Amino acid sequence: MSEKITGAQSLVRSLEMAGVDTVFGIPGGAILPLYDPLMDSTKLRHILVRHEQGAGHAAEGYALASGRVGVCMATSGPGATNLVTPIADAHMDSVPIVAVTGQVPSASIGTDAFQEADIRGITMPITKHNYLVTDPDQIPRAIAEAFHIASTGRPGPVLVDVSKDALQGMTTFEWPDHIDLPGYRPVTRPHAKQIREAARLIVESRRPVLYVGGGVIRARASKQLRELAELTGIPVVTTLMARGAFPDGHPLHLGMPGMHGTVAAVGALQKADLLITLGARFDDRVTGKLSSFAPDAKVIHADIDPAEISKNRVADLPIVGDAGEVISDLIVAIKADYAAGRVGDYEGWRQTVTGWRTTYPLGWEGNADGMLAPQSVIQRLGKIAGPDAIYVAGVGQHQMWAAQFIDYQNPGTWLNSGGLGTMGFAIPAAMGAKVGRPDATVWAIDGDGCFQMTNQELVTCAINDIPIKVALINNSSLGMVRQWQTLFYNERYSNTDLHSHRIPDFVMLAEAYGCAGLRCESPEDVDATIEKAMSINDRPVVVDFVVHRDAMVWPMVAAGTSNDDILVAREMAPDWESEY
Amino acid sequence: MSKHTLSVLVEDQPGVLARIAALFSRRGFNIESLAVGPTELPDVSRITIVVSVEGSPLEQVTKQLNKLINVLKIVELEVDASVQRELMLIKVRADGETRTQVLEIVEMFRARVIDVAADTVTIEATGSSGKLAALLDVLGPIGIKELVQSGVVALARGAKSISDRSLRAADRPA
Repeated sequence: MSEKITGAQSLVRSLEMAGVDTVFGIPGGAILPLYDPLMDSTKLRHILVRHEQGAGHAAEGYALASGRVGVCMATSGPGATNLVTPIADAHMDSVPIVAVTGQVPSASIGTDAFQEADIRGITMPITKHNYLVTDPDQIPRAIAEAFHIASTGRPGPVLVDVSKDALQGMTTFEWPDHIDLPGYRPVTRPHAKQIREAARLIVESRRPVLYVGGGVIRARASKQLRELAELTGIPVVTTLMARGAFPDGHPLHLGMPGMHGTVAAVGALQKADLLITLGARFDDRVTGKLSSFAPDAKVIHADIDPAEISKNRVADLPIVGDAGEVISDLIVAIKADYAAGRVGDYEGWRQTVTGWRTTYPLGWEGNADGMLAPQSVIQRLGKIAGPDAIYVAGVGQHQMWAAQFIDYQNPGTWLNSGGLGTMGFAIPAAMGAKVGRPDATVWAIDGDGCFQMTNQELVTCAINDIPIKVALINNSSLGMVRQWQTLFYNERYSNTDLHSHRIPDFVMLAEAYGCAGLRCESPEDVDATIEKAMSINDRPVVVDFVVHRDAMVWPMVAAGTSNDDILVAREMAPDWESEY
Repeated sequence: MSKHTLSVLVEDQPGVLARIAALFSRRGFNIESLAVGPTELPDVSRITIVVSVEGSPLEQVTKQLNKLINVLKIVELEVDASVQRELMLIKVRADGETRTQVLEIVEMFRARVIDVAADTVTIEATGSSGKLAALLDVLGPIGIKELVQSGVVALARGAKSISDRSLRAADRPA
């Protein structure tokens, strides 16, 4: 007979059994019983954050950087509802996290008790699955299932809500020896017939493009992707979620497609006769106006989530499976075709699209006022910190520039909020990434708008020895919104001026938070300031890069318009050469 | 606009119905009828959903439903290849003048009288939506005081059962 322990002890032991080493969270009334045995655990490091949203994004950053499941914890009611944004974020970007929340005692559930919120109901549409546990005996199974569901198939967030009496009640600990979920059997092995058919389409096509999404990163399939691209010579585009899946600067890489993608990547998708879609989901930010997206292309769509296939764009050839297995099988099938003398010829196409890359490189216009160009700051940062650093962005102009002007060579070095577009993601996610990969240099690239949403976690970083670095691209405004006002609202800047050139003083703020604060205002100081920041490793560093505010993100496909109408700069359309 | 009948086998867990209903509403599908009940398997419930579809295909909803962990299986039942029934209870005005007429209608529709009061009778009728609509058409002029109708329940015709292969076998760990 096993010893009797409390539900809370059982939960701590379950987390240990699940392999957890770090939990981000904040205690409160309903979850207090759990925090007591947590104190005694030698395997779990609990990092006390300053806001539950920070715990959630930190769990995401931890998961994205380390490849393990991230864990966050909060009490009932407001603690739990503060996790809603990061949970929704993880759901959109397929990030494996488990959120553990305290709940009021089961006898009080449904009575509008103090700090009661129906977090299971609230998070139903934004979790892969969730649980309400009111029986201490059910805790180990719920935790085991939560980690299994979060980390397998298409990864995602799972919430386990545990009532206070379940934490306090007595139970015996029994870790399930197998997971039995008859309604959950993700398909990872692609169908052989679909693979053969895909190989045939690829060999027969004349203008194919490898349209690579975040699924390739989640599947850790970068190596296989490179082999497939180099075997076939087919050009590659990597979406915002897939930056780093294929090395920037590779002769076959056309860059990022989408609203702020390169002319070459957007153009290649538009003019293609075959899209080989790997772990991407035809997001509206990639397709532009859907009805005019890649009008001549047949679509091979490989995804581990069958519900993504033919959701937005009908697939001519659906393949359900793990991206790594799909690509590996495709390589074998294509080699068999080659051996039988069936070889694709894409040379003319490749020259055309790489020609667009040369004709329309990413760039920016200088400004007259002598102030810093934000693009150049980000580009220099990428050069100095190098391809082994991890870059974590907020959402907005700085995010797009960070996606455009840093050369990513490795998967897992670019973390951002793509689907939900959560401003404030960068600081807590960078914190989590640094905890998950303590040896890596972690740079948060943040805007002054985003930074003011979640910068309280710098305190957590300073106190817990998590020395992240922050490049604050301070244009004193909500830059992306301002850009839209410039372009679409007659330069009427309604509520986008943040006045953050004066208030707050970000250097003083950094110092107040126990971080090093640096400021850089002129182009000649950029390199030295970045190098100085690189040399400070005993505490977090915040660099306030005061940049000019009229910089805009180009190229751009205006929302709701066709990718054919991409502009390389204001009122400047590319001249598509006709011979493709 | 087209109507579809879905049979959904689910684990008998709290919150399953909420998850399913929410998916339909989020995708803008209107649930016309819903019936939930136990099945021949312990801990498995069967939900029969009739949904009207306009524009966007039903396939996206069934795929989303399949992603729910507690959903075991989804089968669309074609009208021609299945038997579909609804149950209706109708309280009809039946005084001395109309009572005989009501009882004749009950006979014709192979319905049953299950409660009688001084000036009403309560009728139980089962059948397809069409038959029940016809019954209401003829009872309407007499005076319907109250009615309640169940969701459609449906089974595929023939010997096969939708819970046959996948569930029973798959439940056992290898």
